Amino acid sequence: MSPKPAVLRLEDVSLFFGDTAGLDHVNFELRAGETRVLFGEAGAGKTTLLKVALGLLKPDSGKVYLFGQDIGGMTEQELFDVRARVGILFQEGGLFDSLTIAENVAYPLLNQRVLLAEAAANGGTQRPVEERVQEALNFVELGQTLEKVPSELSGGMRRRVGIARAVVTGPALLLYDSPTAGLDPITANTIIALLLKEREIRNTATVMVTHRYLDGHLMANFRYNPSSGKMERASRGQSEAATVKFCVMKNGLLLFEGTEAELQAAQDPYVRKFLRHGSS
Amino acid sequence: MLDFLKLPVQKFQDFILLGFSAATNVFRSPHYSDDVFLQMDAIGVGSLPIVMMIGFVSGVIMAMQMARALQTYGAEGEVGKIVSVALVRELGPLLTALLVAGRNSSGIASEIGSMRVTEQIDAMRALGTDPIQKLVTPRLIATAFVLPLLTVIADFIGLIGGFLIARYLLDIPTSQYWTSAWQILEYNDLAQGLIKPFVFAIIIAMVGCFYGLRTTGGTQGVGKATTTAVVVADIWIFVFTALIGRIFLYFA
Ligand SMILES: Nc1ncnc2c1ncn2[C@@H]1O[C@H](COP(=O)(O)OP(=O)(O)OP(=O)(O)O)[C@@H](O)[C@H]1O
Ligand SMILES: [Mg+2]
Repeated sequence: MSPKPAVLRLEDVSLFFGDTAGLDHVNFELRAGETRVLFGEAGAGKTTLLKVALGLLKPDSGKVYLFGQDIGGMTEQELFDVRARVGILFQEGGLFDSLTIAENVAYPLLNQRVLLAEAAANGGTQRPVEERVQEALNFVELGQTLEKVPSELSGGMRRRVGIARAVVTGPALLLYDSPTAGLDPITANTIIALLLKEREIRNTATVMVTHRYLDGHLMANFRYNPSSGKMERASRGQSEAATVKFCVMKNGLLLFEGTEAELQAAQDPYVRKFLRHGSS
Repeated sequence: MLDFLKLPVQKFQDFILLGFSAATNVFRSPHYSDDVFLQMDAIGVGSLPIVMMIGFVSGVIMAMQMARALQTYGAEGEVGKIVSVALVRELGPLLTALLVAGRNSSGIASEIGSMRVTEQIDAMRALGTDPIQKLVTPRLIATAFVLPLLTVIADFIGLIGGFLIARYLLDIPTSQYWTSAWQILEYNDLAQGLIKPFVFAIIIAMVGCFYGLRTTGGTQGVGKATTTAVVVADIWIFVFTALIGRIFLYFA
């Protein structure tokens, strides 16, 4: 079996903010269909890694490849076209608070140049924007909130809108920055269920940043059952463990990368810290 | 050796670059004209009452105070000239700009700053929109259009304020006041009175956007960006009012 093409690759990437390390010589590779769970204490550089991957931050050194293209020398206009194939959920939400929920979810469809061009080229075959927005919001079980504005929703609901906006374009890479942070355990689990559901349907390459070990454990061992609508333990044959890997960051360094079993066997006390963390 | 200069120079360079891309965006699509009108409304209509009030008050004050000095020469009939020159050349543009800076440099900085810390700016870039095109350019266009208008209104209301004093306190005939107020103005003064607000508008909008876009450190950072924007805008307005006044004296 030949390896799948790399969706995202960071080669020896460094980015310093003054003296603090955002990323310190990080190497990272994600292939189609794979999932990375990214742990690390506050300020470890997790958000920085995602933003560098999207070209929102420019690294001081090293190379970033998105879908095989070196994004280092690209202009912002060229970057827009590459980013159109990436869905991202921001840690702080990043929902436009002057727009309604429906407008927020429709935003990438109406503003990404390549997506507009695709829609125009496909002519009538492309489904209308409203339908895709409705579908994405139904997916996160918020089909009733189209005309509300973000400030009218709860934290968990806003997170779900963010997920809807990330998946509405059918991206080839999904970046989730702390999707469960600040949520109660039950709401957090429903968010993870949504991520599993997305993976069940489209199997998109995914990077998920989190503080909760449970999030990673669920990603690695559970699947979404479309008929019952619930998470269930994946049976051995269809276990996701092979494609789900764990990374641990500290002070901009990528300290650890491996499977869940390898993570459980790790000796480094910093790495082990993330095994026990109930929630945070 | 000049290390301490590195940061301010870097910052100034960033500011100029931002101004440059905001200005070139004026001529590039996509044009967000809805946002331009929205900003005109926020900046123009929102500032109108306070601008009219300050214009009126400064006209009244100037006429009252100057009358005393003029009376010693028996020249209180000339009060229209003084009010008119001072307002149109200097005070109208300056006071209007300071007020609008207080209202809108801060407003722009806090609005863009909170978008920054909630990652809405990043989201724009991730979802295919240039934040400079979408946020900065409309504010620049709107301010550059609205501030000269506000200044003209402030000048005019100020002249009316001066007139009320001249007519009812100093017993100067209506026609004498307005004729002297109008005739003293040279082309030069009018040009100065319109170029200044245009330059101040660029300062107000760009400083607000600049500090908004650079906001870091959560909601606290937004507060800091807001106050810094007003102070910096005010300082630049003072610098440029002196500079432009000086240039016009030189050519006059
Ligand atoms: N724009 C910036 N300016 C200065 N320093 C920054 C900036 N962005 C991030 N940093 C610093 O870089 C380091 C990594 O930040 P990053 O946001 O990637 O952390 P994180 O792992 O996402 O943390 P958290 O779990 O709190 O979200 C931190 O020390 C942070 O203070
Ligand atoms: Mg973060």
